[in-house]
Amino acid sequence: MEPGGYGGPAVLDATFHALSDPTRRAILARLAAGEASVTELAAPFRMSQPAVSKHLKVLEKAGLIARGRDAQRRPCRLVAQPLRDATAWLADFRLYWEESYQRLDALLEALQKDSPS
Amino acid sequence: MSVIVTTPTDREIVLTRMFAAPGQLVFDTYTRPELLTQWYGARGWNLVGCEIDLREGGRYRFSSRGPDGTLMVQVGTVLEVRPPVRLVLTERFDEQSYPGDTLIVHTFAEHGEQTTVTTTVRYATPEGRDTALRYPMVRGVRESGDRLTELLVELITNNREDPS
Repeated sequence: MEPGGYGGPAVLDATFHALSDPTRRAILARLAAGEASVTELAAPFRMSQPAVSKHLKVLEKAGLIARGRDAQRRPCRLVAQPLRDATAWLADFRLYWEESYQRLDALLEALQKDSPS
Repeated sequence: MSVIVTTPTDREIVLTRMFAAPGQLVFDTYTRPELLTQWYGARGWNLVGCEIDLREGGRYRFSSRGPDGTLMVQVGTVLEVRPPVRLVLTERFDEQSYPGDTLIVHTFAEHGEQTTVTTTVRYATPEGRDTALRYPMVRGVRESGDRLTELLVELITNNREDPS
């Protein structure tokens, strides 16, 4: 569980950065349904293709998408593993604390029953 | 009322959670050892030793016993105590796999019958943050592969609805 394993810290950080933008998250959500070209991806966003391409570069650098070799279309597809790693770690962290907070919920309830204000 | 976890910068993790209790009571559960030992920890981790010198510059020491009997100790300094709204501490684990002291800022915001606790955890380095995110909290049961796929879908769905 030490750093430097598959998907090291730098990768995790690139993943979080890539996920910090709502347009990029929407692009990933679209790609979760299947591969798409830049034109197809740009369509729902009312954005220029260069603007979308810029987002795609960030996603590609973070290893979240891969682009086809077809020179004309260069379809994008989702690469799930880094996202899965980052999501799993965040979710696991969240679940850990939720479990602890639920114990606190119970304690707070008991304390308020003991001494009604 | 479930916890929200965000990573606003590369060194931070922020936890936000609402509790159905007044601010002073929630503040007490974060600062009084006899209350902390009743809730702090999860997945078989329990606080078995808890000492806090609750004043600025005071030291604290938490000892937690894990599911397999492992003892984990975290110590630090109390930097700010403003009951019932703010508590600032440093934190360092005995066998920590990342460098430096971690800064923990708890804010308690009472609204009506409820109190929202926002905990900002700031690590000394981005690498430390990422390591902590993956390591100490995951000492319990690991999620299965199926659960991971489920979470991936959940993330994408949630973010699609996120207007920010």
